[in-house]
Order: sequence, then structure tokens, then C-alpha cells
Amino acid sequence: MAQPRVLVIGGGLAGLSATMRLAELGANVDLVSLVPVKRSHSVCAQGGINSVNSLTRQQGDNEWKHFDDTVYGGDFLQHQPPVKEMADWGPRIVDLMDRLGVPFNRTPEGYRDQRRFGGTLFKRTAFAGATTGQQLLYSLDEQVRRWEVDGKVKKWEFWDFLEPVLDDSGRCRGAICQDLVTMQFRAFSADAVIIATGGCGLLYGRSTMSMVCTGSAVSRAYRAGAWYGNGEFIQVHPTAIPGADKLRLMSESARGEGGRVWVPKTPHDPRDPRNIPEAERSYFLEERYPKYGNLVPRDIATREIFDICTNEGLSVEKDRLCVYLDLTHVPRETLDRKLGGILEIYEKFQGVDPRVVPMKIFPAVHYSMGGLWVDYQKSSGGGLVEGSPRNQQTNIPGLYAIGECDYQYHGANRLGANSLLSCIFSGLFCAPGVIAGVDAGGKQAAEESSRLFESRLRREEERHHALLSRTAGDENPYDLHQQLGNLMTRVATVVRRNEQLAAAYAEVCSLEERWGRCAVSDSGNWTNQNVVFTKSLGDMFPLAKLILKGALQRDECRGAHYKPDFAMPGLQATDPAEKRREAEQWCDRFEANTRRWLKSTVAKCGPEGEPEISYEDVDTSLTPPRPRLYGLVGGEMIEEVWNERQKKAAVAGEGQAVGAGQAVGAGQGKQPAYAGSAS
Amino acid sequence: MIKAVESAEHSGGAGQQAVADHGGNGHAAAPRVVRVRILRQDAPGEESYWERFEIPYVENMNVISILQQVAARAKSRDGRRVAPVAWDCNCLEEVCGSCTMLINGRTRMACSALVDKLLEESGDEIELRPMSKFPVVRDLVVDRSRLFRALERVKAWVPVDGSYDHGPGPRISPESQEDAYPLATCISCGCCMEACPQFTKIEVVRREDESAEAFEARKKTAFDAGFVGAHAISQAMLFNGHPTGKMIADERLEALTSQGGIQMCGNAQNCVAVCPKSIPLTRSIARAGRAATVWAIRKIFDR
Repeated sequence: MAQPRVLVIGGGLAGLSATMRLAELGANVDLVSLVPVKRSHSVCAQGGINSVNSLTRQQGDNEWKHFDDTVYGGDFLQHQPPVKEMADWGPRIVDLMDRLGVPFNRTPEGYRDQRRFGGTLFKRTAFAGATTGQQLLYSLDEQVRRWEVDGKVKKWEFWDFLEPVLDDSGRCRGAICQDLVTMQFRAFSADAVIIATGGCGLLYGRSTMSMVCTGSAVSRAYRAGAWYGNGEFIQVHPTAIPGADKLRLMSESARGEGGRVWVPKTPHDPRDPRNIPEAERSYFLEERYPKYGNLVPRDIATREIFDICTNEGLSVEKDRLCVYLDLTHVPRETLDRKLGGILEIYEKFQGVDPRVVPMKIFPAVHYSMGGLWVDYQKSSGGGLVEGSPRNQQTNIPGLYAIGECDYQYHGANRLGANSLLSCIFSGLFCAPGVIAGVDAGGKQAAEESSRLFESRLRREEERHHALLSRTAGDENPYDLHQQLGNLMTRVATVVRRNEQLAAAYAEVCSLEERWGRCAVSDSGNWTNQNVVFTKSLGDMFPLAKLILKGALQRDECRGAHYKPDFAMPGLQATDPAEKRREAEQWCDRFEANTRRWLKSTVAKCGPEGEPEISYEDVDTSLTPPRPRLYGLVGGEMIEEVWNERQKKAAVAGEGQAVGAGQAVGAGQGKQPAYAGSAS
Repeated sequence: MIKAVESAEHSGGAGQQAVADHGGNGHAAAPRVVRVRILRQDAPGEESYWERFEIPYVENMNVISILQQVAARAKSRDGRRVAPVAWDCNCLEEVCGSCTMLINGRTRMACSALVDKLLEESGDEIELRPMSKFPVVRDLVVDRSRLFRALERVKAWVPVDGSYDHGPGPRISPESQEDAYPLATCISCGCCMEACPQFTKIEVVRREDESAEAFEARKKTAFDAGFVGAHAISQAMLFNGHPTGKMIADERLEALTSQGGIQMCGNAQNCVAVCPKSIPLTRSIARAGRAATVWAIRKIFDR
């Protein structure tokens, strides 16, 4: 067979690792990116990358527990086989990145140092200062540059992906892209197309994401027929630095290295935080979650910070919501060595030294757990079949999605330092399957039918020119974007209510209609950022609609999706018998809710561009879902009742369910015999 | 212990609230508007011209938020409708290296250039110009492909066998890691090249009859005749210091001693002064100089 040609859209961690692996397996790769790949959003990842390692292993950790922490933290919304495969690959991936030259922090003896991240009790996270994403990206960028010199990879930087080209049978045969400098269009014929374009934070106006994270590539694939999974699950990071142009991330590693979150007990205490005595501070995360402390999963930390500011009125400042994140008790030398990068960001943008004065932080939109729906092939060992073309393939044959823009790994909430792992894993792992899935004969037939590519190219050119000629409209795309961002941030972040979501959906429809009357202020055809922005704004509405509709329909609380009207509060009773009765009820309700809502949301783009939503069962064959009880009042009693029920079920169905009798609580999962066999 | 969170309506949600107000510390002498003059150019080869803009002042602004406002308004200070100013940016937290420009004459990142400080330094108008050592694409956007070409020239990578599993990388002492890490934080912004007197602009214009491939090849040849720049020298030293990377140390030294190599450095030390990441570039250059000398002598005797 001739060497396959693969088109990769996006050059962050996922796109680069796929490109590297594909080139190594003999494919020729065209790599399309909005920015030089070294400037991709992965550079913003700070804290680290998770994997089981020789140290944690000796403390009782293993791949199964990493898997279990990930699905428990994600509130069981992920299909379990891909997560298991990822956890199994973790150690190999970190070893590989180490060999590629990532300057991971070291122990005195020269081994990789590790720190603890949220949602686990083990120090699983390898890190390179506080710029781990940057360092991982650079190492992959360097390897891809090597392949570029060898002629296996051709980069198309400052290029925009406009649409996948599907043949009559519905198979993806390439894509139409546009040069953002010359504004010329080009049809790329390919044996497979991989989308690796990251999250869609710009839907929310300001977020911790970079300016390229508009979601436009994903939206274009969605409108071409690709399904979108779990759109309503958007991670709001607990700790970000407010800013006029962007909400800059303050990594979870700040808490991993001992950072403590607190507010003064007196509302808006005007004193210098350093002069507020310990007794007059509330370390509310530590008080409410004694086991995990400041390192509870992100969705919980975010809601608590939000709650203490909005409901309890304990925001540090009167006119602005924020809490203290305090590192001032950590020795300066440790801070510089382990957190230097992020502390410099705070200092540079806020003008205050966080080594001396506690930082002021507040939650911000950070990560899209949802994304393009992708398939996988489960192995007999409970993981995935390596080399299967089904892995990471969307419902459109020949079109793949990897990294943050797929929906596969993080369920309802992502654990810190798992994203770098999922990006590199999905990129490396999909490559052999992409090659195995090549349908070379069909591609040739498609190429020979030049009509296919030409007609799509012309369609995109016409769209572009229609937009360019719209100079007379009365709407400003930048204003519309701001309105969309404000709306989405108000109704579809930390707290969600049905009446607000329904109203917002109508409002997004009207914003989309107004978008149709946008005027472009630049009608030129050279490096026209104005028209490119206007186009990508138009692509935000379909995604905003599927997020809102998914959130509206999902009447429950799960991970990052929190609706107070459907919350399951802790137990009220103090009398043991009464408490037990409440716990029984709680578990009944939990079971009913699991039956009703433990399902992936799958959105398909309808004929009018409206999302058509259906639900897909989640593969929980490795470990059954159990209540997520981090710090819930009466959690011990619920746990007791739950465990009794599981035991009963196990006796009744002797040997039927794998992992039945699973105890409640993170890190306590029973390990089936096959766990870890792949490593 | 999560309680139902009330009053989401009132509070306005997560990030929004955080940006709704910028502190309210009461800047007594805060200006009402920010004035900015931008050196514009419509396309390569076109004449450049100044255009002035005026936008409302907001606390904690940076140059990016000025440019966002300029784009949104698309109106010059005298009220004419003008095309929005083009500029590069991405992460907005000084880690992607996109938004380099000359701000009040100094090469730096636009995202970390805070308006309050700029106004303190330079009175009531901020000046923005594109970098002068790279060809202008449009307005503040320049073509920095030469910068990435330099990374190819010095083979700035670890020459691993491949991505199959071979266990962990080499053991590395904390001292070596702390030595390497600062060099590894280079964001390829180009500040060091802009400030260097030895680094001069190379602009290659595509001929009408020339294929894209032929143009690329001609561009590379032209770039390779010029100075590689401090960033590439520093990257060469980063990889020559890595236990696996040093296996091709000679190839990097060969590149550094050929045309456009380290001998072009005039030791002006501007690079280290403007580096936004405070990378010890002059230390890398000194190391490279010593290594190159040793290597050149060795080469003579090895013949």
C-alpha cells in the first residue's frame, strides 16, 4: 500500500503526539493550525501530568486506582474501557516524555519528583516547574520538527479548517482549509482527518483558554454530521486571576504544594490579610472536607468558593467576588523551584508578590469535558484493542477526534493533571488505528471525482465572499460575542436553573439571528482577522445551543453540572435510626437517578441547525457507579447502607457483575485480576 | 456539604463576576481615555502609516485589551471608519510567544504590557509598532518563520530512537534540571532577535512565476545566510547539555560555527536585557563560544 496521507487539524499536545506517531508509522502528515504549533493552548497547562509511578506504587497505588479515581472524580459519566487504557498507559507516556527531554523536576537522587493533585490521595503528578504543558508541548514540537526536516510532516500554520469533505457514502476524504494570510482556499485530500482543536472556552467570552479556543473547528465538524457528546459538562476551575482580557489560570499545583484557600470570618475585612489572625480566618475547604482538604475535585472546590462569596457574603472584597489563596507559609525557595512560572504570572499581571501576600482568586471557565463523540473498541481485558480503527473515530468514518475536543475521558468532571495525559494518550494511541482504517481505493476514487473537492471549495469561497460583502449590517460581531459570553457565563457555569437555561436558549437563537446582520469592518482579502473572527463567532452558536439544551434537559446534579433544584443534600437527622432511614432513602434516590441519568448526552445537528439530543448508555462494566460522597453530611451512614446493598447484590448475583461489592470512597476500589496487565 | 447555591442571578456566575469590576480601589487620577498611535501597513511592500485611536480607560488594562477595543470599534480617533488593526496573540499570559511588538519603542509582549505602567512611563499616548527585524505581514503581524527555521538549523531536539517504550529517560540531578529548565522556557517570541544589532531583517518576496516549494527553499537559503540569533544558540546549549541530546552535540556545533553562526554575535548583550522570560542568553552564548572553539581545534587535529 502507498504511504497513507493524514490531515491533522490542531497542533497542541494531542495533534502533535498523533503527528509524531503517524510519521513514525510511515504516514505522511499535513498539520494544519491556526497558530504556529508551538504557540498552541497546551502551553497554558501548568500543574503536571498524572501517572502511577514507582513511588506511589509502593504506597499501594496502581493503574486500577488511577482509573478508579478518574471515573469517581468524573461521577461515572465516562465509558470505562478508554479510561482504563489511558491509566494503563500513563507510566509509559511519562517515561516517553522524560526521554524526549522534558525537564521534569527532580528528587535529590535524580528521579522525577511528584506532587499531589486534586481528587486523589497519591502523589501521582510529574511536573516541570509550573509550566508542564509548555514543556510537554515543546518536546513534541521538537520531534515533529525533526519529522518535518525529514519530509514526513508538512505544517500549514496560520491556516483555518473550514469543513470536512465527505463522499457520497458519508466517508471523510479530506477537508477544505483557508490560509489566514493570503485568504486563499485549498482542498486537502486525505486518507483520514483528525481533529485535535481543543476546547471551546471563548463561548463564555473570557475564560482561562487562549484566543484560538473558539470551538469553531469542532462546530464545523458537528454541522457536517459529527455527533457531540456531553456538551453541558464544562469545567469551571476554582482558582483563576480575574483580568480585563482574560481570566488567567492559577494552577491547582498551588494547592498541591500546600496552598490554602481562606476568607476572613468578618465580611470584607479591610485589614491586610497578613495581619488577620488565624482564629479569624475560615479555611472553609479544609473545614468541610477534612480528607481531601484544599484538594477536593474541582467542581466541588468551585461551588464552595462560589457559595462562600455569594450565599455567605464572605467575599474578600465588597464589590468583587474573590477568596484568598495563600502560599505565604511555604518557603520562598520551594515556591520558586516548583511554582515559579505561575507565581510570576500573578506578579506580572497583578503587581503583587504572591510569595509575600495571599493571592485573590475566583473560579473561571476552564475545560470542556464534552466534545465530539468518538468510538472505541473494547478488549477482553477491559481496556481497548490497540490498532482498531474504531478508537477515537467519530460517527463519520475517516474522521477522528482526539484531545480536549473529544468527549471520552473525563466524564462529568476532569481531575487535575489528567488532561495532559488524555491529550497525549489519545494522540499516540489512535495512530495505528487511523492507519489500519485507511480505505485507499476509495480515496483514489474520491480524488478522481474532482467534482467532490471542487464543489466544497467553491461553497466555502462563496460563504467567505458573502460575508466579506456584508459591510452594511447594523450588528458588531465583537459586541455580540461579549453578549454571548456574558449570557453563557451567567446561566451555564457553576449553578444552573431550568428557567434561566430555557430563556438563554431563546436568547442565543436571537443572537444568532443578529449575527446574520453583522457587518464586517474589513472587506479586504489579506490577513483579514475581522472576517475570520466573525466566521468563528457564527460557529459558536450551534455549540452554545447544544450546551444549553443538554443542561436544560439533564435534571440532576453530576460533576460540573449542578442544578440546586435537583440536588441531593446530606442527611439532616441526628437520631441514629432516623439517620439510617434517611440514608436508605438517599440510596434509593441515588439508584433511581443513576438509572435515569447515568447516560451520555449525544447531540446531533438537526436540519435547521438545532441540536437533536439523545442519550447513550455509559459502559460501567469495570466498576459499578457509586455515590460520590466527598464531604457530604451523613456520608458515613450513606456509605454503610450503600455497602450493605452492594454486598447483598453480590450475593444474589454471585459472580455476575465485575467488581460488585465495590466499596464507597475513592481509592478503595477492589482490583480485578486483569488490572494493570497491559503495562 | 454543598448547599443549594442561591442568587446566581444576582451574582452573575463564575468568570463574569470576576471581570465585571476591576477592583474598585479608586484610582484618583485615572485617565478617562487611552490614546494610542499604531504604525500600520496594509500588506508586504506597501507604505506604512500612522493611525491614532482613542478608547475608554478601564482599570488593569493591557495592550491586548486596547487592541481588542480598537478591533471592536474600527474607528480612528478622528472618527473615520478604518479596518481593524491586525495583530497576533493567543494565550494572553506570556507563555505562547505570539504577541511581540514594539511598545513605546521597546520590544516586548503586548499581553504583559500594562497600560497604567506605560502611561506612567510615557505620558498620554502609547505607541505600537511591528517588530522591525521581521517582514511585516500586516499592521502588527510579522512573519517569524525564520525563527523556527533557526531551530531546525541547530537541531534543537533530543534524537530519540522513536516513541516506543524504552523505560524512563536518563537520571538527571536537580542541579542539571535547574540549569536546563530556564533555557527550556524560551517562548520563541523573537525579542532577543529584534534587539540584537547583528540580527538584520531578511525579507524574501515571492516571484510571480515561482512555485510555493521553490519559494520556501529560496527563503530557507536566505535565512541560513543570516545570524541564527540568541534563542537558537541557547537551545543548542540546552540540548548539548542533555545526556541524550549531546549525542549529536557536534552537529549542533557544526551549525553554530558555520555561516550565520555564533561568530556573528557582537556581544552587545541586548538579548538578555529584553528577554521576557529572563533566560540567561549571554551565559548560553558564552558556553557556546567556548564549546565551538574547543570543537574547531579538535576538528583540526581529527583530520
